Amino acid sequence: MSALTALIRRDIRIALRVGGGALIGVLFFLTVTVLMPFAVGPDLALLSRLGPAILWLGALLASLLTLDRLFTADHEDGSLDLIVMSRTPLELACAAKALAHWIAAGLPLIIATPVLGLLLNLDGTATLAVAATLLAGTPALTFTGMIGAALAVTLHRGGLLLAVLVLPLSIPVLIFGVAASQAAISGPLPFGTPFSILCALSLASLVIGPFAAAASLRHGLD
Amino acid sequence: MRLSGRNLKCVRGGREVFSSLDLSAVAGEALAVTGPNGAGKTSLLRVLAGLLVPAEGSIALEGGDAELSLPEQAHYLGHRDALKPALSVAENLSFWRDFLGGETEDAGRCLAAVALDHAAHLPAAYLSAGQRRRLSIARLLSVRRPVWLLDEPTSALDAAGQALFVGLMRAHLASGGLIVAATHLPLGIDARDLRMGGAA
Repeated sequence: MSALTALIRRDIRIALRVGGGALIGVLFFLTVTVLMPFAVGPDLALLSRLGPAILWLGALLASLLTLDRLFTADHEDGSLDLIVMSRTPLELACAAKALAHWIAAGLPLIIATPVLGLLLNLDGTATLAVAATLLAGTPALTFTGMIGAALAVTLHRGGLLLAVLVLPLSIPVLIFGVAASQAAISGPLPFGTPFSILCALSLASLVIGPFAAAASLRHGLD
Repeated sequence: MRLSGRNLKCVRGGREVFSSLDLSAVAGEALAVTGPNGAGKTSLLRVLAGLLVPAEGSIALEGGDAELSLPEQAHYLGHRDALKPALSVAENLSFWRDFLGGETEDAGRCLAAVALDHAAHLPAAYLSAGQRRRLSIARLLSVRRPVWLLDEPTSALDAAGQALFVGLMRAHLASGGLIVAATHLPLGIDARDLRMGGAA
């Protein structure tokens, strides 16, 4: 257990230091969200209707932005070899790395959501709903994204491939995340229905992600 | 303890790197793997470390911990240093100590053993190549593993560093350890020679 805590603490520490990805993700999220009103125009009703979708897309792209370094950084400096050799099962190590990535890069997005909601003319309930769906849904993005990151690990400039691999997988999360937010804002569906599916998606990816990532890391070793 | 490999064959990228290779080493013994560039020294070490799957043959470690596999009882010192530039020297070392687990040694004492204790709080990004190597060597000391798999261990080390490392290898062998080292330079310790390649 202490091995996993050590790994989580190390990854968070690196992400928060200079050159780490945590802040970049939030800044990117901010930029995407700020650009939207300029693209859509100053129609407040339209903005608040599109708000949840924009926030979700922003969060999706921001989490993708830092995900490609999840394994490549460790692969390039040889750390991954030692992680594979260690007494900690690779599946658990992958889960720990994804958890650290979510804490360092996912949680800040959720914390930033209320501020960004203001820019999109979302009221209190709507912002809360979006933040809640992001809280429930972003783990699914990280843990499915990890599979793509593990597949692309040996490729130089694998970031683009990662996006192509991962974005289709994240469609269900996007659909139910936005649907739950919309349900909370305008109905007619109760918020709970799509939200529980979103939670289920996250839980399923929590289980599948580490196994798939570990398998592809083992396969890709060279 | 006895490390043995029988009839090993390694294929990388469709090309046969080596085949029908036998090796064995017992506790307290060092095996120096020599040969020209591309003879497969690194591949052999990676096969032993479980990082490459041999196309044929088998590897066994007798007399070790029966619960653990060979890679779990081995240290691998590769070309790449497994250091994070954003973390300090002490943080890098204590991460590997905590993560690798098992019988551990005090991090400060390990840094002192490789003469890096004065730089403990320096970010690893500012280390020279030789200092990075020393820090990787400190990792071998921080957690006890009976088998050391070393790939060009003395590259980038200065004369004092090489002498220091020879002393550390001797101590490891004396405590019942086992070393397999790929090298071009003389290791500085008594080692059995495993000559690879040439006619491949």
